[in-house]
Amino acid sequence: MRHIIAVLLENEAGALSRVVGLFAQRSYNIESLTVAPTEDETLSRLTLTTMGDDNVIEQIIKHLNKIVEVVKVIDLSESAHVERELLLIKVRAEGEARAEIKRTCDIFRGQIVDVSATNYTLQLSGTSDKLDAFIRAIGKTTILEAVRSGVSGISRGDKVLTA
Amino acid sequence: MATEKSDDSTEYLSGGDMLIRALQDSGVEYIFGYPGGSALHIYDAIFRQQKVEHILVRHEQAATHMADAYARATGKPGVVLVTSGPGATNAITGIATAHMDSIPMIVISGQVPSALIGTDAFQETDMVGISRPVVKHSFLIKHCSELPSVIRKAFHIATTGRPGPVVIDVPKDTTDPEVMAPYEFPKSVTMRSYNPAVRGNGRQIRKAVEIMLHAKRPIIYSGGGVIQGDGAEALTKVAHALKCPVTNTLMGLGGFPGHDDQFVGMLGMHGTYEANMAMHHADAILAVGARFDDRVTNNPATFCPDASIIHIDVDPASISKIIRADVPIVGQVANVLHEFNDTLQAELGKRPDALDAEANQTWWQQIADWRKAHGLDHAMKPEPGKPILPQMAVQALYKATAGNAFVTSDVGQHQMFAAQYYKFAKPRRWINSGGLGTMGFGLPAAMGVQFAHPNATVVCVTGEGSFMMNMQELSTCLQYGLPIKIVNLNNQALGMVKQWQDMQYGGRHSHSTYSDSLPDFKTLVEAFGHVGFKVQKAEDLQPALAEAFSPALKNRTVFVDIWVDPDEHVYPMAIKGGSMRDMYLTKITTSQQGDYI
Repeated sequence: MRHIIAVLLENEAGALSRVVGLFAQRSYNIESLTVAPTEDETLSRLTLTTMGDDNVIEQIIKHLNKIVEVVKVIDLSESAHVERELLLIKVRAEGEARAEIKRTCDIFRGQIVDVSATNYTLQLSGTSDKLDAFIRAIGKTTILEAVRSGVSGISRGDKVLTA
Repeated sequence: MATEKSDDSTEYLSGGDMLIRALQDSGVEYIFGYPGGSALHIYDAIFRQQKVEHILVRHEQAATHMADAYARATGKPGVVLVTSGPGATNAITGIATAHMDSIPMIVISGQVPSALIGTDAFQETDMVGISRPVVKHSFLIKHCSELPSVIRKAFHIATTGRPGPVVIDVPKDTTDPEVMAPYEFPKSVTMRSYNPAVRGNGRQIRKAVEIMLHAKRPIIYSGGGVIQGDGAEALTKVAHALKCPVTNTLMGLGGFPGHDDQFVGMLGMHGTYEANMAMHHADAILAVGARFDDRVTNNPATFCPDASIIHIDVDPASISKIIRADVPIVGQVANVLHEFNDTLQAELGKRPDALDAEANQTWWQQIADWRKAHGLDHAMKPEPGKPILPQMAVQALYKATAGNAFVTSDVGQHQMFAAQYYKFAKPRRWINSGGLGTMGFGLPAAMGVQFAHPNATVVCVTGEGSFMMNMQELSTCLQYGLPIKIVNLNNQALGMVKQWQDMQYGGRHSHSTYSDSLPDFKTLVEAFGHVGFKVQKAEDLQPALAEAFSPALKNRTVFVDIWVDPDEHVYPMAIKGGSMRDMYLTKITTSQQGDYI
């Protein structure tokens, strides 16, 4: 099963490499990874998505907690949460396709953030599934370049992850 | 000396002096190391003080094993100092060895100056990167003023929770004698991101006590955590109160007295028949400071099918990693065992008949039957004209040292024979590389133990293959007058490799023999200034050992080269893919269905 794991870690050189190294060393898979400093600049927040059965996820969380620079770990997918991923995608937009792409983008509540004579650059956010669906909807042939941010997530309700 | 006092009496020191001062303030007695360019400021600081003694090794790997064994024998962290590049990379094997066995160690590596990092400078290597998978934590020093607090933190991290090695990489500019900063050694450490468990959960402990009290076939399976976590005394109390069998892992030997009637020997790959059978048939297992290593469990899918499993460990990640625990208890082993014992004693006080005496007797009868059928023979006698069996050599050693030595070992058959036949009465007496299985560990380990305990009898049980991996340290032995005794079980082959080749590869000894090219070890050690014996006849075994351990040679490094039967195998041996009851008992026999209950 896919899990979204949020990690607060000390914003120090080398801390990220320990997290990434752990996944490589123990053959855990990382589907996506995002990391940036938080409002408290001594902390970074990292969100990663991974696949595994309950035993594997339990081990991943335990081993993340063992990393000295890791302050807190939660498995967001254990309870209600909001997840978002950002997609920037450059597509060929010529002739009839130009209008069609714009319509599809509107349906998915995306935005056109850059325009050239032949291309659109679109921005879309949502769950990873929604981004996948959009990419399917516009058809692969028109895609020139796509970049996804990886998943960020936060718990719903009063639950907070702080140091 | 580069010291300045300012008006407010704050002391200003250079990074090199700060580093050494912080080691002094951490209670360090010895640094095991080897100098080189990037570490020279630090070496100069060592020269200008007397409190910490530096031990000059001949190879950095040996420095790490010495520091590691010093830690294993004392419980205090070992300290290593190496230079950048090859100095650092040579230390890696020893760091990994300590990491696998959870040994507290501080490794200080010189690094090229900060401005040169990343330029492929001479003797540059990314030590923090290259060591990352085999350390508990690591630091790269950015400025000399960080040194005292980083060293304080490093010792805290290395010695608390599940212990392990910590690397401090020190760029040369941060130890520059011209750059001073105020020296202040922190009294305490608080880290929001590092708070290892201390006490176990009381409710879980009560649950565990109930399970052990109700069990009809209980067993205690204890590991290195009981040694490193100073839990042996509490474990012994618990075991005696429960009157149940105790088995130790390779790392856990000495955690329960080896001569105690309740001790059933080591378990696992080369564990005793009775220990492995008792594990397999147990209905409750109290696992303490052990990690269900694959060399213990054999096939996890068929591991101890009837047992409720209680697992006490300081590291939550060890629990339910291989085998799911029914009652997980996270906490320092000694604390948890004391609380377990208090709860147990209280229960036994309230319900004196809580232990089922009849079931206990049946269980011990079964164990006695197993032991009688296929237990180890601890009374082997060398017979004139017959080859010396390695087991006999270990038994003769046990006798010659009155069972009272610190024994280090290398890796291979000799290690297993020592583990099987030397009965360790106390913790921290058996020192070997169990996790990583590092050949070349034994000799420097014995040296590290001898530094820790100058008056103790320290023996390295080795094989000629392992010994040749770090024998350059014989020179260090002479320099520091280390009276260690080396017992070489010389089978003129890489015995364990050969054994596997015999059993699994149709006897094809691919690159496991070298009998025509071995040195004469007696002459070799004499060239290093030591005393050598060569023992080829069974009848010479005991006299040679008696002489090696005689008062006349008390202050000498002695090497006893014992030529043992090259065809001997280590048994029992787990049958690959089986459960714990499935063992080879000899080259041609295995444990049988009829042996099971």
